[in-house]
Amino acid sequence: MIAFIGRSIVQKIITLFFVSIVSFAIIHLAPGEPSQVDPLNPKFTPEMVERFRTAFHLDQPLYVQYAYFYRDLFRGSTVSWKDNQPVLKKIWERFLNSLPLFIVGTLITWTISFPVGIRSAIFRGGIYDRSATFISYVLISIPGFFFAYILIILVVTQLEVPVIGMQTFGIGDTAWPFRIMDRLWHMLLPSILGATGGIAVLSRYVRSQMLEVEGQDYVRTARAKGLPWEMVHYKHALRNALLPFVTMFGLILPGLIGGSVIIESIFSWPGMGRMAYEAILSRDYPLILTINFIAAVLVLIGTFVSDVLYVLVDPRIRL
Amino acid sequence: MNTENTAPAAPLEEPAAPRRTRFEEFWRLLRKNSLALAGLVVFGLFLATAVAGVFLTSGSKPVLDPSVVRLQEKLRPPLSRSDAASLKPDEIPAMGVYLFGTDDLGRDVFARMLQGAWVSLTVGFVAVGISVAIGIFMGAIAGYYGQQYVRLEQVMLAAWLLGGAALLAAGVRTLGAVVLVAGHAWLFFSISPWGVSRRKSPPPWMRIFLKGTIRVDTIIMRFVDIMLCFPSFFLILTVVALLPASIYTIMIVIGLTSWEGTARFVRAEFLSLREQDFVAAARALGVGNFRIIFRHMTPNAIAPVLVSATIGIASAILTEAGLSFLGFGVPPPHATWGNILSDGKRFIFDAPWLTFIPGAAILLVVLAFNLFGEGLRDILNPKLRQRN
Repeated sequence: MIAFIGRSIVQKIITLFFVSIVSFAIIHLAPGEPSQVDPLNPKFTPEMVERFRTAFHLDQPLYVQYAYFYRDLFRGSTVSWKDNQPVLKKIWERFLNSLPLFIVGTLITWTISFPVGIRSAIFRGGIYDRSATFISYVLISIPGFFFAYILIILVVTQLEVPVIGMQTFGIGDTAWPFRIMDRLWHMLLPSILGATGGIAVLSRYVRSQMLEVEGQDYVRTARAKGLPWEMVHYKHALRNALLPFVTMFGLILPGLIGGSVIIESIFSWPGMGRMAYEAILSRDYPLILTINFIAAVLVLIGTFVSDVLYVLVDPRIRL
Repeated sequence: MNTENTAPAAPLEEPAAPRRTRFEEFWRLLRKNSLALAGLVVFGLFLATAVAGVFLTSGSKPVLDPSVVRLQEKLRPPLSRSDAASLKPDEIPAMGVYLFGTDDLGRDVFARMLQGAWVSLTVGFVAVGISVAIGIFMGAIAGYYGQQYVRLEQVMLAAWLLGGAALLAAGVRTLGAVVLVAGHAWLFFSISPWGVSRRKSPPPWMRIFLKGTIRVDTIIMRFVDIMLCFPSFFLILTVVALLPASIYTIMIVIGLTSWEGTARFVRAEFLSLREQDFVAAARALGVGNFRIIFRHMTPNAIAPVLVSATIGIASAILTEAGLSFLGFGVPPPHATWGNILSDGKRFIFDAPWLTFIPGAAILLVVLAFNLFGEGLRDILNPKLRQRN
């Protein structure tokens, strides 16, 4: 076990090193330069551009820039090219905005997909199962932005609740119950949208896991010895079917930094996705690279955690 | 003796059960799966629409012109008739009806949808074609040559060539060119039959260059791991935003960032196929490695690739629509389903058809591909057929 952990940590660090090289190369080998973003701006005189290039080491060869960038990143002193703010502070602020969406979205996903998937598996082939299957295909296939507008029309015309932004404009000093309700309303739609794809995929996965376990011999034995059916399904089958989902705690980790670009821009939600999008538009390389680096770290930690959890919960796997 | 042998053999030639070709079997199973069949029908309609769309909306005098601006006829609801009095003769839409209404510039949404269908279709197919080609190639190499080691000389050659390219890129033109030419000469001599490395026994000091360093499989699969570390929509967005806007960039970028899954399961298939007798037989007959990989093994590993390609088309269409929605991709006068919706969202309460028509079209096509792909998975995988 210790050897496995050590080996995979070394492997992940090597992978991370190459990820840092590849992302740096992709972004710097693309045509154009960050100093040319706004050529028509009269304030951007050639001297300004030159000063800018020297200040951010843009006049050095690429490998020197690489070394400078990652040295700054590990010291935590990287600054955004756009407004000279520390990158990590900007990311942290936006991360705090995206976090509630992520938490509510994950809760919605898990609380809906498990009952749906389990019920589809128990009544397999029935009308419930077939309609759940079809609906999950629709949810996978629907473009997020289209679904967002359908929901906005529904909520705004039927319930007359404002939904854009993080809170209603000018709500400032109302009583706190109003503010909390307002915040919840604003969070609801983006969270549901963030959860749709997850619900569809996860409920299908729960269903297939459950079906697989229901076909095992010990479930047949339990049924044959005359146990009540809820005991068979929920005690014998479900407990074993849930095993692989423990490992998913690791795999949802990358979603922390994901923050859907499209949904956050539709709802004017100042989260991670929006910030990444704006950083790309203004060619703010330090910000883009830092987000990318953190995302890669989270992916690697996520797979690591899920591997370890898998070994811990499944005694059949021996290293 | 001879007659005795042929006589009992004759009845054996009669098949025991009615023999079906593979296609008939496929069709029989498909008809039982009504959702997948519906997906295939929608896919056929979509294909016909896209091809018809190219013919109807392009050329110097198209039947349905997606770019005619009629400001006096803006935001007309679907099925409304055009006002012939206020339009020039060549501005009147075909049959005088706006089938899907008009947008905020009075352009015919039906014509624009037809034009956009081709974009979705080509993006889906070309992107998936690229990703499947890369995925099969990488997976096949990793699965077939996986256990072999890359020799030190090969690593050195690769480093030499990369160094040359880096020198060229860094601006040291002459030195870079010399290094590259030397590297290619080295490459040529090491693979040509009269080359240096084919000499019977290299001197002992050269043996060190033939030492193995790292497995082929390790290289490719670690590369897959590296690619999987990038959040894919974010990566696509970055590259598309940095490169000049064009439909080809999008196709290539989507293709280059979505081959990892294909590579993984092609590799898995190859690992088991490699041990089978037909591969050993082909090798014993002296068939070349690449012929074994692409003629003998790939057709046997193609079923899961087809399934993932079908579902990949669906997600490529969704990705393209998302990029168009954000304003990247095909430059404006050309219509795509994503940018029709994106333009229409400002009029969502006054002209909901500008949102609902493209949205529903994307939903329908993507759903069709997903359903057909899942049906294909059930049909092509005999293990899933009866049980689930």
